[in-house]
Amino acid sequence: MLRDLIVITIQVFALVTALTAVVLSLVWLERKTLARLQRRMGPMVVGPHGLLQPVADALKLLVKEDIIPALADKPLFWLAPLVVFVPSFVIWVTIPFAQSFAVRNMELGLFFIVAFSVLSIVGVVMAGWGSANKYAVLGGLRSAAQLISYEIPIIMVVIAVIMLPHSMNLVTIVEGQRAIPYALLQPLGLVIFLLAGVAEVGRTPFDIYFAESEVMGGPFIEYSGAHWAVFFLAEYVNTFTIAVLAALLFLGGWAFPLMPEATWVGFLGVLVKAYLVVLVIFWFRGTFPRLRIDQLMSFGWKVLIPLSFVNFGLTAAYLFYGLSRWSLALASLFVTAAVAYTIYRRMTWPARATAEQRLAKARAYRRVETTDAR
Amino acid sequence: MTPLVLFYIAGAFALGGAVGVVGTRNVVHAALFLLVALMGVAGIYLLLFAEFLALVQVLLYGGAIIIVVLFALMLTRLQEFSSGVMENKQWPIAALVSLGAFILISVAVARSQGGAITDRAGPGVLLLGESLFTQWAIPFEVASVLLLVALIGAIVIARSGEGEP
Repeated sequence: MLRDLIVITIQVFALVTALTAVVLSLVWLERKTLARLQRRMGPMVVGPHGLLQPVADALKLLVKEDIIPALADKPLFWLAPLVVFVPSFVIWVTIPFAQSFAVRNMELGLFFIVAFSVLSIVGVVMAGWGSANKYAVLGGLRSAAQLISYEIPIIMVVIAVIMLPHSMNLVTIVEGQRAIPYALLQPLGLVIFLLAGVAEVGRTPFDIYFAESEVMGGPFIEYSGAHWAVFFLAEYVNTFTIAVLAALLFLGGWAFPLMPEATWVGFLGVLVKAYLVVLVIFWFRGTFPRLRIDQLMSFGWKVLIPLSFVNFGLTAAYLFYGLSRWSLALASLFVTAAVAYTIYRRMTWPARATAEQRLAKARAYRRVETTDAR
Repeated sequence: MTPLVLFYIAGAFALGGAVGVVGTRNVVHAALFLLVALMGVAGIYLLLFAEFLALVQVLLYGGAIIIVVLFALMLTRLQEFSSGVMENKQWPIAALVSLGAFILISVAVARSQGGAITDRAGPGVLLLGESLFTQWAIPFEVASVLLLVALIGAIVIARSGEGEP
């Protein structure tokens, strides 16, 4: 009994330390990636290539004064960072990094992750409410609307993944991808999962609930010092969670053809895949402008949710009729390509319309000029 | 021994949360106390080896319902709630209903046999899903139709307020 308790305490302590190290590396990686995308150098002064910059930032945050607004709802203001932080760490208890490398491998692991990650939304809303600030309340409202909406496609995609190996155990799901990773069977699922996941952690194309130019930091506007650092930590841990889940659910996790069977190889494999997904998420941030709130909601409800049901339906048909893997992969790929082309046309439409208008004007002008000369 | 201690902890959360819901004068605090109470109930489910039910409780009540309640509270004018008035004319009816429910539950608990702590696991997810979609398919569908009716009704009420068709 006591020994179990000590072992669990040590494991949780190691987990938190490892995740904090990951967050520091992500902060450095994000600043460097964004700098490269914008033809800058990024942090260069503290340590070689600015490697110690995140450590300096963390120290600065911890020694800053922690201000609590006089009119704030103090219990909520104090509790909100914890309610955001605890679920985003608790779900790591069941995430495996190799076949037998998880704190607790649960039979309902994936469902546990989905259920507990929803709890941190309550913390964001609490922060928005407790700050007694109109921008914070607006940000809290936005976060509630956004996170609840994007929860649905994530759950539907996760259900479609669960259907393939008939299990919610993450180890079984990864072992089911020995022959073929689910990214090839369900490319549509991977795309929806990544987009909805980025929205769920509120990273840049979908960060309307703390958009600086609109609600000035939203729910976190009144937070400073260590309290704010906790939110910051939770955001990066959530980003990494989405990346690791994408690696485990779709990219085959540690099961990868042509790789030797060893725990450390599998561990490295998951880590490399997760960091690649993280790089894609940072690339999104450096490339796409922020969506408007109406665009965000209509993208969630009119595009991602119907698509997640299509993904679910395709998988169900594949399993029910016992079709070949090729048919599911091709059908899913076809839907993905069609959707991507439609979105591309919609996104480039204003530019094309303007170009055509100008071209028509130039042609009309030239016609007038030539007739005049004649 | 340990399950009993955990049961008392979970029960304390559920009861304390419930007392908080009716005791606090702040509506937002009441909603969050409700979350505490529901999480306590999830803990009790967990002790009864109903892991799936416990997780559904966390997902649906913790995630969805409390957030929707908070969302609705933030959209309303809170000055109307902050007056500190905690009773209205309907309190005798509410007291009667609560008393009736309390008696009903007490009698039901008193008349049911058992009560010993067992370590028998309930049916797994596989069995649950199978019975839900084969034996109990029609009640399941009726429940979903009920939810659909509520959803459509809410949309109709919301839209008729704007004067649109």
